[in-house]
This record gives sequence, C-alpha cells and structure tokens, in this order.
Amino acid sequence: MSQCDDSEKGNSLFNPTRRQALAMAVIGAAGVMLPLGRPSQAFAAAKAAAAGQVIIGLSQEPTVFNPHMPHIEVDEGIHWNIFDPLFGISPSGEFTPALAVEVPTVANGGISADGLQWKVKLREGVKWHDGTPFTAEDVKYTLELIVNPEFRSGRRAGHDLVRDITVVSPTEIHWRMEKSYAPYASILSWTFMVPKHVLSAAADVNNAPFNNAPIGTGPFKWASRVAGDHIQLKANPDYYGTLAQIDSVIFKYIPDLTVLYTQFKTGDIDVTAMQGITPDHYEEAKGLAERTVVVLPVATVESVALNLERPQFKDPAVRKALYLAIDKKTIIDELYYGLVLPTETYMPQQSAYYNPNLPKQGFNIDEANKILDQAGWKPGAGGIREKDGVRLSFTNSTTAGNQIREQAQQFMQQTWLAIGVEMKISNLPPAVMWGDYWMQSKFDSAVVGINFLTGADPDTRDYFGSTSTSAKGGAGQNTMQYSNAKVDELLAQGASLQDVAQRKAVYLQVQEIIRDDLPMLPLFQYTYLRGYKSQLKGFAGNINLRIEPWNVNTWSWA
Amino acid sequence: MPQYILNRLGQSAVVLVLVSLIGFIVLNLAPGGPMSQFALNPGMSQAELDRIAEQMGLKRPLMVQYFEWFTRLFIGDWGHSFRDGRPVLSVIAGHLPATLLLMGTATVLSVIVGTWVGVLGAVRRYSVFDTLATVGAMVALSIPTFWFGLVAIFLFSLHLGWLPAGNMYTIGDRSLGDYATHLILPVAVLALVNVAIWSRYMRSATLDVIDQDFVRTARAKGLPYRRVLTHHVIRNALLPMITLAGLQIPTILGGALVTETVFTWPGMGRLFLDSLGYSDYPVIMGILMFSAILVLLGNLLADLLVGVADPRVRLG
Repeated sequence: MSQCDDSEKGNSLFNPTRRQALAMAVIGAAGVMLPLGRPSQAFAAAKAAAAGQVIIGLSQEPTVFNPHMPHIEVDEGIHWNIFDPLFGISPSGEFTPALAVEVPTVANGGISADGLQWKVKLREGVKWHDGTPFTAEDVKYTLELIVNPEFRSGRRAGHDLVRDITVVSPTEIHWRMEKSYAPYASILSWTFMVPKHVLSAAADVNNAPFNNAPIGTGPFKWASRVAGDHIQLKANPDYYGTLAQIDSVIFKYIPDLTVLYTQFKTGDIDVTAMQGITPDHYEEAKGLAERTVVVLPVATVESVALNLERPQFKDPAVRKALYLAIDKKTIIDELYYGLVLPTETYMPQQSAYYNPNLPKQGFNIDEANKILDQAGWKPGAGGIREKDGVRLSFTNSTTAGNQIREQAQQFMQQTWLAIGVEMKISNLPPAVMWGDYWMQSKFDSAVVGINFLTGADPDTRDYFGSTSTSAKGGAGQNTMQYSNAKVDELLAQGASLQDVAQRKAVYLQVQEIIRDDLPMLPLFQYTYLRGYKSQLKGFAGNINLRIEPWNVNTWSWA
Repeated sequence: MPQYILNRLGQSAVVLVLVSLIGFIVLNLAPGGPMSQFALNPGMSQAELDRIAEQMGLKRPLMVQYFEWFTRLFIGDWGHSFRDGRPVLSVIAGHLPATLLLMGTATVLSVIVGTWVGVLGAVRRYSVFDTLATVGAMVALSIPTFWFGLVAIFLFSLHLGWLPAGNMYTIGDRSLGDYATHLILPVAVLALVNVAIWSRYMRSATLDVIDQDFVRTARAKGLPYRRVLTHHVIRNALLPMITLAGLQIPTILGGALVTETVFTWPGMGRLFLDSLGYSDYPVIMGILMFSAILVLLGNLLADLLVGVADPRVRLG
C-alpha cells in the first residue's frame, strides 16, 4: 500500500482494526517490565567489527525485494539497507551522494542549464555483495529495466523521459532528458541500482531468483527469510560508506498491533517500525522504563477530498462553507490525541516549499451559514439546503473499520448538518474503496490520507494537474477532478525550473490557489508514533522517505 | 473394497473441480483485487495499474485464466504468489511445519485429555467432577480464543514473565527447549477449547455405550469393571471419534487463524489471512484446493478406518 494507505489499510497509527481495538481494551493496563531474555544485546556495542543484533518489529510483512517491482512501503525498509541509489536524501531534504561521487546539479555541471543533459560520475571500487564490481553498465541496465515493457515495473513516471543513455567509462554515465523535469532528481534519490550481471542472466526477470535473494551494494547483505516470520540481514564489511556497527538486522513480522506493542514492552523487539504504537497507548508508552517513544512527522496529509464534478461541489461557496463548518481542533485533540499537526495545505510543514502564510481556518457555523445564504442555497425539505434543483446532500466514504476516521466522519456529519448540509456515511473495505471507486472518481467525497509530493520534490501534478484525472482518461491521481488553468501553468513551470528559489515562488502560489479553491479540505498532517529501546542510538525518521529503518548502518547499541 | 475407493476418488475429483471453479469465480468477482494496494502509491495512475494488471495476466477473460490455472495444476504448477513471486506449493510447504507443530501438539494433547475427561465424566455421571467438567467445557467454548490468548500473554508473559509473548522461537536460539517454551501458551489456549469439544463428544459417546446390554452381560459374567471399561466401553465409544478425527485433519493443517495471529505464529492460518488481505489469488486458491483435498482425504480415511475398526460396518 502507499503512504496513503498507511492511513488506509490498517497501516497507520490510527488504524487499528476492530479486533485489534477490542484486544487493546483487554490488554490496556501496563505490565511489569521484565529483564530481557536476549543476551546478544549486552555485548553488542563493539566498535570495530559489527556485532550483536537489532530486531525491528513490523505489522506488515516485506515480500517484494526487487525494488523496481510493484511494492508497498514496508518493503522499502529492506531496499534501503540492501541497495543504494545514485544519491540519497537526508531528513532535511538535501541530496547526499551514494553510488555517485557527487550529486549532479546545474552548478557543478552535472545537469545542463536547460535541464536536458545529465552527467553522473560514479564512485570507484564499489562491489556488489557477490564481489562483482559495480559499474556504469549497472546504472544503464537499471534505468532501462524500469521502462522495459517486459518488466513488471512498479513506477515508470519520470524514467520514461530518459533517452540516449551512454556509458562513457565504468565510472561515468550520461543521458538526455526528453524535457526538463526537475522532480527527476528526487525520483532518482529512491531509485536503487540493481546488478546487471545477475538480472540479465535470469530467464524471466519477473521471476528471477534475485527477487527472493537480492544482491545490492548497500551496508547490509541479504542473509535469510522465514516467510511469514522474519527476514535477516547481515552487515556488509566491504561497504564503501558508513560501516554498520550492528551485525545482524532482523525485520520481524508481527501482524497484530497490540501484540507488536506487547512485544515492545516485553523487550522481544527493539524497535517498533510501521505501524508502530497506537495513539491510545501513547501516554503509557512514554512512561515505559528504558524505552524511547518519538512522534515523527510524515508527509501524508489527511483531507476530505471532494469530487468536483458533482453538482453539489461545483459552487466554491459550498466548499468554503463546508471547510468552515469542520471543528478541526476537536477532531485533532480529541480523536487523534493531539498527536497530528494542524495544516492548511497539502505540503508537509517540514518541506522547504511549505507556505506558512495561508489563512487559518476557524470553526465558524454562523459564517458558514452566511456564505451559503448569500450564495443562494435555501433550506428545503428537512432543512437541507438546495439551489437550482441541487440538494446539498452527498455521501462520504473511507476505509471501513478505521475507527478514528469513522468517528471524525460522524463529527463532521453533525457540524455540517448545522449548516443545512446532509452527509451520508458510506464506507467500504480497503480493496473496494481504493479500487475503481477512488481511481475512477466514483465517490462524492472521501476522507483520505495522501502524500501529494513526488518524494521530497514539491511537484504535485499527479494530484492537481487537470490532465491527471483517470476518469477523464488522464494519467495520475487527480481523483478530485480538479481543473484550474493557472495551477496547470504554475505546475508545468515548477517542474521545468531547476532553480530552487524560483521553484519555491511557484509552489507557494500553488498552495495559495489550492487553499482558496479547496478541491480538498485539509484536516491535518500525519505523524507516526514509534518506539525503541533507549540504549539504541541513531534511530531517526526521514520525512522524505516512506519507512523509518532507512539508515540502520548508523545505528548502534550504547 | 478397491471399487469402493475408486468410486470415492471419482466423486472427490468432481467435488474438487466444483470447489476450484466456484472459488476462482467468487474470488475474482469480489470487488477490489490485488491492484488496490498499489493504488495510493505516489504518482500511481489507472493507466499504470492497468499495465501492471495486464502484465500479471489479470486482464484476460476469467475462464481463460481459470483453465490455464487448472490445467497447470496437473503438472504440479500451482502458480506463483502475487506477493513474493514464489511458487504457491513452496509457499504452502513453508508454512505447514509451523502449523503442524502447533496444531499437532494441541490436537494430540486435547484428544488424550478430552477422552479421559469425557470417559470419566460419563462413568461418574452427575458427580462433582462431571459437573465441573461440563461447566468448564461450556465456559471454554463460549469465550473467544483471542481473549484467552491475550489474557494468557498478559498474565504469563507481561506480568509474571514466565513465558515468551508469542513467536515460534527466539531468533538466534531455536533449540528444542526454546521451541517448547514458545509452544506452551498457544497450545494451552488451543487445547482449552479442543479439550472441551472432545470431552463433550466422548462423554456422550461413552454414555451411549455404557448402558447397552453387552456391557451389562460382560459385567454379569464377572469381568472386572476396569477391563469392561477399557475393552468394551471405550473401544466402542471411540468408533464415532474416528470419524471426528478424520474431519479434524483439515483443521490441523489449515491452522488456527486467531491463535496464530495473537501468538505471531507463522503458520497456515496467518498465510491465509495475509493472502486474503493482499488479494494474493494464486495462494488463496492453493490453500483452498489444499484444504479441499484434505477434507476429502480425511473423510475417506475416516470411513476406511471405521470399516477396519468395526467389522459390522461394510463399505461398498
């Protein structure tokens, strides 16, 4: 599933299933902490050679190990530790060289001023985990594989603009872009290089043995997998970057969130990665001895997406009134334990492109009523407003079983009724909700968590570009069917500009227009609640990535 | 007898075809599908989803997909998992040992204890023991397993710290003793319910036999009570249990959905739930066929065994 579905399919903090919620009620009270049964950690802090192990608990099982095949975010925890991109991205959003010696920019000549010619110099002496040297041929192979029609590729957008890939030397590669596309740097920062000598030898690349025994250049090597239980990685002593201090990394699959939390308390697992700790356990978790609990902001923004082709939502006055009549503060404080971040935009607040000067929404029923009165929406049968034969009545959908969201829906239903708007709740199982119903814009309105960006790049054409609506034959996820010529123009401009300051001006303006048009009513920016043993050093989230265990080679035991 | 077995196998084949056909159709017609988990990936579009579905062969007519899948069954190709691309048979084989260990231990334990409790309850009908066993069985049967599981973890793992809070083994240990300590809680939880079931069946089966004429005759001839009990009563009372045991085989190998989830046990039950969650059609169909075969074999085996154990029953 996607970032979104961290909020959709039981992936997020706020998503316990009904069974899990029942179970939480049972286990609720704090238990007595026990001494740990795993001696291996006690002497795990050796400085020279990697030693010891760390167990990372996940509530979903990583199963896709070829990073270019369709996968969900939990798989990326494995990818980041086995593979390397040409350059990665730091939590603050700067690109950091990995397999490339330096990050190509216009300033250093890596990218031509028109954004069309790319030249990347590669690190020398890097070896694949099987000992074969890594060269520019591998980079060429990877970029070609992603767009190879025979290959079941998970994402081709961006890579399909690459032309004329030329291997200049084993450590230098050039290519041309079909058009200037600034977000490509961001896309490359999560494009992992895969070995040509292994994959090209496979009879069917979609079913290559590599897919279940990946070989990378990264800080950890694949060791073993017990399907349905855990995956083990071992430190790569020949890594060119920061050498791992912890020898053995275990990704342990624990499907039930309550059990995940229990095993965190008993010490069976050292880290709770996705989906981490549920917010109702936050107070207790904070007080646990020798455990550290952190609230990590993520780029996913929760909103009420409106299907703008529905006659109810065509009038901007209606959208403004609906937004005013949402008691956001109560939803955030009471339902989400105040752990999520209020927001007025789709842009994460940690992004350099975030616009902090947008007007603040204030919960105001009177004002909302006034706007609707002025716009000519008159109360009709049952007190529900109408205008020109259109009743202000619509359905709202989200993933069934997501209890906190369902409560938020009911809360909005009440306050909207106070302005003469009837909202009917029609929730669906995840596989139905996020199928055609969502992609083909068959909903009226939906509560959804979306990461609107392209990685760390502010490009949002996939969501707000008028040509990105699948229901209108477009390619993208503009399921709101939003269409604004000015926004289209700005987004095209923003994607082609290479200069950060110029781009920033563009995206600040996009956010202003979106805030004014309200194709979606922003509710809050998500956070993840994660915990780890306090002796573990180096655990740090990265808002630009989809998974927390992205830098295990910098972790160590105190 | 061989004719009988052949007939039964023939019937079984028809049942298998029907099960697979219905299963396949229902699975594919249900809304949603394997693509929806990728729908909210960044930049995903309907066109891209369609391309991936096309590459996975999901865009072909349903009957074409079914016949391809079905004919491949015969050459031992059960398809590949949508999740990790491994052959379905190895996926199933990978999860079987865990389930076999858990369910096998729990079943053996429950049959032994259940038989004992049932016989004792029947022999000493309405005694304190019988009343306690009856009430206990009712309580055990009416409380959900996950609740038992969580309470057991809370008490024995979190509070007392005697036993591990789930998992099949400690990673890096995996000694026999390690397996054993990890088995105790889930087996106890499963056995609690199963003992209740077995003891109820055994009690009523024993009661059916214990008042019959041949038992009274045996007693009248002066045989010791113990010998009558073991050689006449229990032997006869166990006959219906053979059928019941045959029906249990698919349950043993099918895994325990709830218990495996609560105790993080990587068995068949978890596999089934996960495969459903990700719409992993090949694996779901594989488990469906596997279970159907087990049900049919279990029944056949039970009928044959009853024939062997009880000369009065003639098959054919």
